[in-house]
Amino acid sequence: MLKNILVVGANSAIAKSVSRLYAEEHCRLYLLARNEEELALQKQDLLIRGASEVDYSVFDVNNFSLHDAIVDQVLDSLGSIDLAILCHGSLPDQALCAENFDAALKEFNTNALSVISLLTSLANHMSIQRCGCIAVITSVAGDRGRQSNYIYGAAKGMVSLYLQGLRGRLHPSGIHVVDIRPGFVDTPMTHTFKKGALWASPEQVAECIVNGIRKKKHTIYAPWFWRVIMMIVCSVPEVIFKRLKF
Amino acid sequence: MSSEPTSLHSWGRYPVTDAVVHVPRSAQDIQYLLQHTDASATGFSGIARGFGRSYGDSALASHIVHTRLLDHFLEFGADTGVLTCAAGVSLDTILHHFTPRGWFLPVVPGTRYVSVGGAIASDVHGKNHHIDGTFGQHLQSLRLLLASGEVVNCSAVENSILFHATCGGMGLTGVILDASIVLRRIPGSAVMQRTLRTQNLQEVIEKFEANVATTYSVAWLDCLANGSALGRSLLFLGEHAADGHYQAPRSGGISVPFSTPSFLLNRYSIGAFNALYHKRPINSEREQRIEAGNYFFPLDSIAHWNRLYGKRGFLQYQFVVPDESAHAAISRVLSTSSAAGKGSFLSVLKKFGPGNDNLLSFPIQGYTLAMDFKWEKSLLPMLDELDRIVLDHGGRLYLAKDARMSEDVFRRSYPRWEEFAQLRTQLGADKAFNSLQSRRLGF
Repeated sequence: MLKNILVVGANSAIAKSVSRLYAEEHCRLYLLARNEEELALQKQDLLIRGASEVDYSVFDVNNFSLHDAIVDQVLDSLGSIDLAILCHGSLPDQALCAENFDAALKEFNTNALSVISLLTSLANHMSIQRCGCIAVITSVAGDRGRQSNYIYGAAKGMVSLYLQGLRGRLHPSGIHVVDIRPGFVDTPMTHTFKKGALWASPEQVAECIVNGIRKKKHTIYAPWFWRVIMMIVCSVPEVIFKRLKF
Repeated sequence: MSSEPTSLHSWGRYPVTDAVVHVPRSAQDIQYLLQHTDASATGFSGIARGFGRSYGDSALASHIVHTRLLDHFLEFGADTGVLTCAAGVSLDTILHHFTPRGWFLPVVPGTRYVSVGGAIASDVHGKNHHIDGTFGQHLQSLRLLLASGEVVNCSAVENSILFHATCGGMGLTGVILDASIVLRRIPGSAVMQRTLRTQNLQEVIEKFEANVATTYSVAWLDCLANGSALGRSLLFLGEHAADGHYQAPRSGGISVPFSTPSFLLNRYSIGAFNALYHKRPINSEREQRIEAGNYFFPLDSIAHWNRLYGKRGFLQYQFVVPDESAHAAISRVLSTSSAAGKGSFLSVLKKFGPGNDNLLSFPIQGYTLAMDFKWEKSLLPMLDELDRIVLDHGGRLYLAKDARMSEDVFRRSYPRWEEFAQLRTQLGADKAFNSLQSRRLGF
């Protein structure tokens, strides 16, 4: 049973829903995010929902030099980390990033390099514990590069590949690594999108995540049907795929 | 925070309108919205919306302040049972967390998928209205964001006029940010139910009167029975079980995946269903133990049941008439709708206790009947006819269900509308907070 949980990007809609599910299981939570006011609100909310203890720190994932210090700080507070779940991310303006490398670099920093930096520090600490779980929210967009969204896809895909390797490295230490790939989720990040039948709520996705982590899945598609959709997407021959606008 | 207009409707799926939906993360976001919206330079004009479970057009406007991200619990007094939470928290979430701890909401409407803000704005009632009154009567206080951007505390003692205007005020005084609700200790979450079969309207009214001391009471009524069987009903009486078992209402059940052809609901299918339902075997002497979810929210187990009425949706007609004219008024309503060949799949009759001090709250001492009619052109003239009957008998219609009442009918049945309108002008709310309903009703 999980007890001490670190949530990075804790103010994101999916993270909030995940934290709430763990609060009901009376876990201890440590939240990292940028907006302090929302963190304070969440702390109170999670305690009422049943969390045994909630701590938080204001933290910007793009300040890489602070990553080691923040992991130390979290470990000081929690003692050990049973689950570290990384939920932060941003949705790039694809058209801008296609023309402007600075914009693209910023997105790679937020969506990929910050994750890798944090995981380096977390993996080193957690492998000493010899138990625990690392879970990262990537995306179905990382399964295949598409012209409409390849900056985001490439960043998420980089993390997915990294996680595959890390999984092997940490396996002997008893650390389980989970790659969570949500499809379309109705969150503030996607607020301007038109919603259709494939869209899921953050609560539904959070349930997939918590169940998948409990069952020690390696890759969680949330909801499950994205596994089928992405199998089809990935099986389209490149000759055809390169002509598809989506 | 905002997006292109999307097409939006509420639970009755009628009417449908285009709206820009804003999803604020905080009170500051709403303040910003009030100051910075609209190209026309007239300032923000729109309405707050939670789960969209009102039936008609009261949560529809060109701009919507969606409260779904204002969904935090803020404080809970484990000794007092006072729960403070943001307006976007659903009653389902509250029951999910607090029923297992032995607490229950003092008032629950027929669905638990409503927000706290919506429950206050509609001042909802439940099966215990005759004893416990409305949702608003169990609030310690609430915080309201006014058109000016100012946030004020309101309660029965502090800013009491504003409090009584906001409870039942359909979101037209400001945006409700959060509220403190006094939860109730219960001896067990299940309900011990007795079912009484009655042969006509007179008999069900007599049985309601004879059982006023029972906490929960509601009747299902066969709206197509006529002659001597007019108003035949099944009366459901309930008390919380005292067995110390607590179980939150569970989700699940079945879902209606798409709109079904509305011709499936016609006077014959409805008549047959109602007749069979009334005749189902019951033992009125024996108590039945029913889980809270099934007792209070039977329809919640069929997700999207509103789709059964077809693409064009339906109208729910809910009125209340005073005790003394209840029999006459309800008989006339039933015979008029039955003569017009309009059946309601589910018709629900309930005895109300005394009204409250809120300016626009629906309940008054008497009887309320709710009927669902699928949308069709010929429905509107019949409902106008029903309005006349209700008004003649000193009754009124429920704003949370309404999608078509005229300004005249509203003003004649809600005598404090003028006081409400004046207060809105004073607060500048008349410019900032409007729904399709408020415009139709002449605010």
